Amino acid sequence: MEISANTQALAYLASAVLFILALKGLTHPSTARRGNFYGMIGMAIAIIATLLDRSVQSYELIAIGGLVGALIGAVVAARVRMTAMPQLVAALHSFVGLAAVLVAIGTYLNRRTEGSIDLELMAELSVGIVIGAITFTGSVIAFAKLQELMSGSPVLFKGQHLLNAIMGVAAVALAVHFGMTGSLVSLALMTLIAFVIGVTLIIPIGGADMPVVISMLNSYSGWAAAATGFTLGNKLLIIVGALVGCSGAILSYIMCKAMNRSIFNVVFGGFGTAGGEVSAAGQAAQKGVKSASVEDAVYWMEDAGKIIIVPGYGMAVAQAQHAIKEFMVQLEARNVEVIFAIHPVAGRMPGHMNVLLAEADIPYDKVLEIDEVNPEFSTADVALVVGANDVVNPAAENDPSSPIYGMPILQAAKARQVYFLKRSMRPGYSGVDNLLFYQDNTSLVFGDAKDTIEGMVNALKGRGH
Amino acid sequence: MSETLVAFYVFVLACFIGYWVVWGVTPSLHTPLIALTNAISGIVLVGALLVTGLESAGFSAVILGFVAVLLASINVFGGFLVVNRMLAMFKKKEK
Repeated sequence: MEISANTQALAYLASAVLFILALKGLTHPSTARRGNFYGMIGMAIAIIATLLDRSVQSYELIAIGGLVGALIGAVVAARVRMTAMPQLVAALHSFVGLAAVLVAIGTYLNRRTEGSIDLELMAELSVGIVIGAITFTGSVIAFAKLQELMSGSPVLFKGQHLLNAIMGVAAVALAVHFGMTGSLVSLALMTLIAFVIGVTLIIPIGGADMPVVISMLNSYSGWAAAATGFTLGNKLLIIVGALVGCSGAILSYIMCKAMNRSIFNVVFGGFGTAGGEVSAAGQAAQKGVKSASVEDAVYWMEDAGKIIIVPGYGMAVAQAQHAIKEFMVQLEARNVEVIFAIHPVAGRMPGHMNVLLAEADIPYDKVLEIDEVNPEFSTADVALVVGANDVVNPAAENDPSSPIYGMPILQAAKARQVYFLKRSMRPGYSGVDNLLFYQDNTSLVFGDAKDTIEGMVNALKGRGH
Repeated sequence: MSETLVAFYVFVLACFIGYWVVWGVTPSLHTPLIALTNAISGIVLVGALLVTGLESAGFSAVILGFVAVLLASINVFGGFLVVNRMLAMFKKKEK
């Protein structure tokens, strides 16, 4: 059975519309799930319309590949921990990148046997292969850093920028040569160089900048799909590629603004050295930090009017989100108002904290973004910082020599009391010392976040007002 | 107008749509946004199907296409399902 080109085009148009509606659904949690279903239907229509294409005649390998892929995808989706979402997304981005490369090369080989090659096709192919290859290896490196298979510190070496520039020029030259001669060797070399560029582009970026990296690679995977669309003359691929590419670009922009650093600085700046530089904060450190016990913290919190909890990556690492929910329940039973403050770059990907809190059954209307929540801190009795660091560091406002100077922060410093839950005094991923530790109204509660919070929950239960 | 130019029209207009729709996404749903855009970028599956399904395809092309079908299918099925799982978690306070 097959359908005409026009029917297929209409089907693709329906898919495109459904994908746009799917993204629109994400404007609010109440419409989001429905939007996702639209997306599923859109994808189903596109797949069926393609299977019915008159050129698709040989189905065995398609069936096997599709079924195995569907199975793997379904199992992973059902079992992945929400704390591992950044890694999952990185892995999936790499698949799109690699698939785009393979489709480009496969299309070229097929067209060559048919004899329908032209310069335009080869140019589009080359673009698709280069972007796809960079997306692939870049995402693999991102995955490795997130999964801690390799160090999160930036890998920097002399002449790095020069090397990238040379490789870029070489890739372009090889693409031109390929276009002119159809040389498979040039094609292979160009692909290889693009793979290497993906690696060298991402390894200098530190773990704390992962939200930008993930957004960037999300964007690239979109451009790779769009390039594939140009190659195949498939408008649906082009539309999807544009949607995804712009989405990733917008998220990258938002992340960079939230850190007050340019995208250039993030990608080429080698920020977040594990070495840690001495700045004015070093002098404040002479004053020493106050440490507190679980009992002390609970004493202040049980009669509070309003508590603002600031979760960070440390909470995710400690898997403490469920304990925090328990803690919130205990506090609310005592008529304490509990809200959560999320900084845009908290966690390892945009919106990561929100998902973790949602997983712990914390209602989303208590989880506030930086602009909504900052005015609340000055009337809060306690700010409880769980595994977050730079996002509450006043050095971003007060210390021009600090690497994070200028970054918008959560105003936790303005609460009457500040409690930090930290494992130890080791500096965070950015290596920047946190001035908030040394403020008079701040105390640190040392230990694993999950254990500490469970301790606080038990203390509250024990009190039983 | 050449085919490529038509494609370019589509691309530019789609970019505008993407820009305006995505700016409206609430920050609390940024992670599902990334996962959803990931899922729909599995649309490269369409390209993979065309490569693999071609009767006259050579051996190398078929193998490349097969791997692409596999990878893209993981993205599509895994992507939409994980987004659904995440979105099911977002609840408002019960009255």
